Amino acid sequence: MNLLGKLDWNAIPLHEPIIMGATGFMVLVVLVVLGFVTAKGAWPYLWREWLTSVDHKRIGAMYCILALIMMLRGFSDAIMIRTQQAIAAGGAQGYLPPEHFNQIFSAHGTIMILFMAMPFVVGLMNFAVPLQLGVRDVAFPTLNSVSFWLTASGALLVNISLAVGEFSKATWWGYPPLSEMQYSPGVGVDYYLWSLQISGIGTLLAGINFVTTILKLRAPGMSYMRMPVFCWTALAANLLIVAAFPVLTATLAMLALDRYLGFHFFTLEGQGNQMLYSNLFWVWGHPEVYILILPAFGVFSEVMATFSGKPLFGYRSMVAATMAICVLSFLVWLHHFFTMGASANVNGFFGVMSMIIALPTGAKVFNWLFTMYGGRVRFSVPVLWSIGFIVTFVIGGMTGVLMAVPPADFQLHNSVFLVAHFHNVAIGGVVFGVMAGYNYWFPKAFGFRLDERWGKASFWCWFIGFYVAFMPLYVLGLMGMTRRMQHYDNLSWQPWLIAAAFGTAIILVGVVCQIVQLVVSIRNREELRDVTGDPWNGRTLEWATASPPPAWNFAFQPKVAGLDAFWSSKSRAQATKDGSTPTRNYEPVEMPKNSATGFVTAFFAVVIGFAMIWHIWWLASVGVFGAFMTLLAFTFRRHNEIEVPAEEIARFVRAHQAGVAA
Amino acid sequence: MNIAVAIDQIPQDALPSASEAGPAPKRIVVAYGFWIFLLSDIIMFAALFASYAVLVRSTAGGPTGAQLFNQTTVAIETVCLLVSSYSCGMMSLAVNSRRYLRTYLGALITFALGATFLSLEIREFLSMIAIGAAPQRSAFLSAFFTLVGCHGLHVALGLIWLVVMMVQVAVFGFAARVQHRLLCFSLFWHALDIVWVGVFTVVYLMGVSS
Repeated sequence: MNLLGKLDWNAIPLHEPIIMGATGFMVLVVLVVLGFVTAKGAWPYLWREWLTSVDHKRIGAMYCILALIMMLRGFSDAIMIRTQQAIAAGGAQGYLPPEHFNQIFSAHGTIMILFMAMPFVVGLMNFAVPLQLGVRDVAFPTLNSVSFWLTASGALLVNISLAVGEFSKATWWGYPPLSEMQYSPGVGVDYYLWSLQISGIGTLLAGINFVTTILKLRAPGMSYMRMPVFCWTALAANLLIVAAFPVLTATLAMLALDRYLGFHFFTLEGQGNQMLYSNLFWVWGHPEVYILILPAFGVFSEVMATFSGKPLFGYRSMVAATMAICVLSFLVWLHHFFTMGASANVNGFFGVMSMIIALPTGAKVFNWLFTMYGGRVRFSVPVLWSIGFIVTFVIGGMTGVLMAVPPADFQLHNSVFLVAHFHNVAIGGVVFGVMAGYNYWFPKAFGFRLDERWGKASFWCWFIGFYVAFMPLYVLGLMGMTRRMQHYDNLSWQPWLIAAAFGTAIILVGVVCQIVQLVVSIRNREELRDVTGDPWNGRTLEWATASPPPAWNFAFQPKVAGLDAFWSSKSRAQATKDGSTPTRNYEPVEMPKNSATGFVTAFFAVVIGFAMIWHIWWLASVGVFGAFMTLLAFTFRRHNEIEVPAEEIARFVRAHQAGVAA
Repeated sequence: MNIAVAIDQIPQDALPSASEAGPAPKRIVVAYGFWIFLLSDIIMFAALFASYAVLVRSTAGGPTGAQLFNQTTVAIETVCLLVSSYSCGMMSLAVNSRRYLRTYLGALITFALGATFLSLEIREFLSMIAIGAAPQRSAFLSAFFTLVGCHGLHVALGLIWLVVMMVQVAVFGFAARVQHRLLCFSLFWHALDIVWVGVFTVVYLMGVSS
């Protein structure tokens, strides 16, 4: 019995220059960051204010930072896929061997969906929802921290797979029997399983937290039909998380039992059933895409109303459409495998249900258009992303409706037409949405706006680059090119693939512009400073407090009397505005105390995941014991709250008002 | 803050409805959040039930449920679990009236019944494995062991939780958060009963009848 399980020096791919280069670069960046923090003596600050923070704004920001870092990782994979396919035609084999190429597209999908889009969306919800609801924190602040750190643990495991061992070669949905021990004996699928399982549990806990927050903690007067649309979409997304993620947990557990203990859920022997996996996976997987897109819809709704200077058109229909999509998203999963061979009636039902989703979505598009119509639209960066979204998403939606027709899907299934379709909605919808949200809420989170010029440059590069990169894939799909090809013989495909690679290069410029935008904005932060707390002339309650908001969010609990609560209080332009009446008595506020529970639990989660991947059973037991003891210690803590004294709140409000007056 | 003042600031003709009442008290929030967790847990069981239903006939030439299940053991297990819900309910009443002795007694009975259930289940599993009906034998047995074992795992975690809670009662007394946690525990314990009713029906009753 080996003390280190399957782990030995051969696990580090020293003979692969590309992987080792990437690993070296990653390690270098980590060392530079750690060195910088140490040199600045910033560890106590980092530990106190961020790593152990249970403040929803801090946790939201950390989610977004995680997402941005993982976007760079996932985007590097994308560049490699596109360049490989641009080169590897006919006799040329490109620079990526098949087994590396297979890891890259699997990692690209896994990272972009679960470690880029998910954390970004959850991060925006974390930051904005409690502020919009006019409350001081989420329902369970420490649990929120646990959720974040578990997500980060999963992301860390994916990155460890680059240096130690390998990642899955069985795509991001890991269909058996390919993902079974028989065909994937390496640790790649195990990395996939444990990173998804750990981060999935984190997401599930976040979903529980947010459903409870939205349904049980709202400012007095904020009835359901007075909630900002972003809160509605967050509610829908989190209901989907609660209803869908347990299925993923069960499914991955079953696959893990097959791989680790020789069970026969999905194997070829023992009468296992591979289609059971496909069904279970997409029962989670399809709601998952709505978990991502619905909050993006919410961001667009906020942005459109704010920058058009008028209330959102058709608020009620927007809410109805959101909840309709929420329900319908559970009735369409089979369209991911029409070719499985279900009867025509079954395929027909799921085809029709898939098409029906276009109706509430179409209603939303018209609502956004009518919100802009007759408004005084300011073409700021978030608005550009939103308009770019409308155009792009409508195209992606139409190709989606096309593929919802089962006979058409039999032709297009597994072709790059499909790849073009889901990137069309994932980039045009989710990425544009989180970028709009990032530019929109950044001044609220950090107290200064992002640079407009670099922001616009980034948008245009992304927008144009997207079309150049993905429209050729529609053509290629119709020409019969299947997805995931490391090499192809049909030379007539190559010009289109070169064009697509060129589009990826344009997007790369967009990504660089975003990084420059951030650096320039930090450097010019004094000129971009938002002293009022309301840089965009906003409508909802998050703009009623200072930027960045204090830990307690609001000095007084806001009272809500209608939609667009902050807008109406500004319109009344009188003493109801938060804190503008100095005669009011400030009261001490109880805030949740910092806790290392999330960070330490997640550390043990990484230990468990790593040990299970490499079959180091004793270490996995240590991890389970450590995580259990950490949680136990938290439950025995005597005081979970600290009181912020009234003077501190009064001092903060006075300083803020002095800033506004100056 | 004075409630009358707060309401005055809302320009409307009627008192606020429940949805406008503002943040709910801690007890409600905790119990509500735990309900949502239980729903998600039940959805996880739903996935396991669905898998079991799909795979129940995939015996790969191995033993079927009708050949394996022992009605008597399952009946005793069911009685143990249902009675333990009753004693758990008695414990909740004792917590509400802040009586230590009755709380400990209720917890002790609940623990004993839960442990009996668990040991019977483990014995059933071991006897099946001993005659070659291990989860590796067929897809049906994989699904059976996973579904029933997952419920058993929940019971085991519940027992650990119960012990921790009794320690907390001893250390903190009936503090508010201890009461909230005991409320969550009783919700959890009752939910396990509901799942067991499903297991009993779908796995054991239907398994023997077919």
